[in-house]
Amino acid sequence: MTLDVQTIRKDFPVLSREVHPDTRLVYLDSAASSQTPLPVLEAMDHYYRWSRSNVHRGVYRLAEEATDLYEGGRTKLAAFVDADPRGVVFTKNATEAINLVAYSWVRRHHKPGDVLLSTLMEHHANHVPFLYAAKDLGLEVRHVPLTEDGRLDLDAARDLVADGRVKFLAMVHVSNVLGTRNDVAAMTALVRDANPEAVVLVDGTQAVPQMPVSFRDLDVDFYAVTGHKMCGPTGIGALVAKPERLEEMDPFLTGGEMIRDVSIESVTWNDVPAKFEAGTPMIAEAAGLAAAVDYLTGIGMQAVREHETALTQTFIDRLSQVEGVTVHGPRDAELRGGAISFAIDGVHPHDVGAMLDSKGVCVRVGHHCAKPLMKHLGVVATARASLYLYNDVDDLDPLVEGIVAARSFFRR
Amino acid sequence: MSMDDLYQEIILDHYRKPKNRAPALQDEDVHVHHSNPLCGDEMDLRIRVADDKVDGLVFDGEGCSISQASASAMTQAVIGRDLKDALDLAEDFRRMMHGDEPARPDDLLDGIAFQGVAKFPVRVKCALLGWMAVRDAIETYQSGANAHTVTHDDDGGAA
Repeated sequence: MTLDVQTIRKDFPVLSREVHPDTRLVYLDSAASSQTPLPVLEAMDHYYRWSRSNVHRGVYRLAEEATDLYEGGRTKLAAFVDADPRGVVFTKNATEAINLVAYSWVRRHHKPGDVLLSTLMEHHANHVPFLYAAKDLGLEVRHVPLTEDGRLDLDAARDLVADGRVKFLAMVHVSNVLGTRNDVAAMTALVRDANPEAVVLVDGTQAVPQMPVSFRDLDVDFYAVTGHKMCGPTGIGALVAKPERLEEMDPFLTGGEMIRDVSIESVTWNDVPAKFEAGTPMIAEAAGLAAAVDYLTGIGMQAVREHETALTQTFIDRLSQVEGVTVHGPRDAELRGGAISFAIDGVHPHDVGAMLDSKGVCVRVGHHCAKPLMKHLGVVATARASLYLYNDVDDLDPLVEGIVAARSFFRR
Repeated sequence: MSMDDLYQEIILDHYRKPKNRAPALQDEDVHVHHSNPLCGDEMDLRIRVADDKVDGLVFDGEGCSISQASASAMTQAVIGRDLKDALDLAEDFRRMMHGDEPARPDDLLDGIAFQGVAKFPVRVKCALLGWMAVRDAIETYQSGANAHTVTHDDDGGAA
């Protein structure tokens, strides 16, 4: 299956923009935030123009429409990741979803001496909340090291869980730096073999936009999702959970919407997932996210995956041939997603980014919120090009030209 | 953005052939280490003081062209100055990077070439690194200490 990228690009107005005179925008930063297709903009615009009101409890037409848009977003996202809608809690982003788990699960269910297992390739969002909880609670945190080519070292992981004390695993599905697509099933099996009660959280931020994901098949307890990397708006993400896990958790934000009954001295929580959604939610964003789900479903996530895999391989192969360029992470695109981090010998990533910007190419430079991983790689920062459904081989030439120009411009 | 606005020839010269770049300084009085985690820049600055003047000044480290070139230009502008005068010049540079006209353009020597960097907010910190380090080194000296480590604000970046 091949994507008709030229047609897809027409859905994204920004891609027709020239950032400098006669310089086409080449957007290679979708791992940080994807662009927005017209149907998503239209869905949000429609809510604000014609259905604007608050959700739930309204008995008039607009309020019913707003509620349908919001709850419809939940149903659509649940179907998209093959999960029970009762297990989908809307949050402002994946970071908040992970913090919800850190506060309402980890801090409530774990005791001093319990071990949290994580990996060396986590985004700070899937590292700091647990580091913080562990410090407060006296938990131990262990990190699965990486192989030379940037995959999880499963043999080392087996040793880390051998004492049966690992009670919780937090791992990323697809790395935002190395691109590595992790074997969640293998890690989960390994942790649960050592301790059948172990609870697993997967950060799906970079996976859901790029490939078909089945929460049911992954059989993990928690899965964090963000909207703005999957063609949706900013300001909405979700914690996808097994509903029974949510039942075992108390909320960490309280207020309106999340209660069943309140008196002056007592409160009972609403059912899941509403008990985790205090206050007026992100209604327009839910409508936008629903449109993004429809958009991606219309194209087909298997087709997106195949397009990205082929394109990622083309990019890696070509970049690897450019003198002075080192690509981090697995070489085989089948093992990874579309984030490609690279170093250019003798040129600082900030200078690379400036040169690429002058050619209309948007890449991200820096530590990508993964400083432990940067340390492991022995670098302070990398440049990262990341691909999505609107990218194609015609985006490769400007990238390579920019890299070659940066190398000659900055070489000492 | 134009590459020429940001990377003037004078800046590239300092980047390619930095002045007073060395890993050590004989009879150093103060060594400061400054880092900027966002960019990954690391800078070691060593100073020797004689007669209340900057008698010797070297920098070393890793960073983007702007940070390295600016530190190089800074050393030339600062060596030989009274400590108080050097602090005043560092303040002038700082204000220039925040959009003010410099009060002492001639004294900044090649440092004046960095005025254009003020138009690129994310790179201002890079240009300031060496100047912040020399100010810290002088203040550390004046406090009677001989070493200081500073981590500059990390804005956290994005995913």
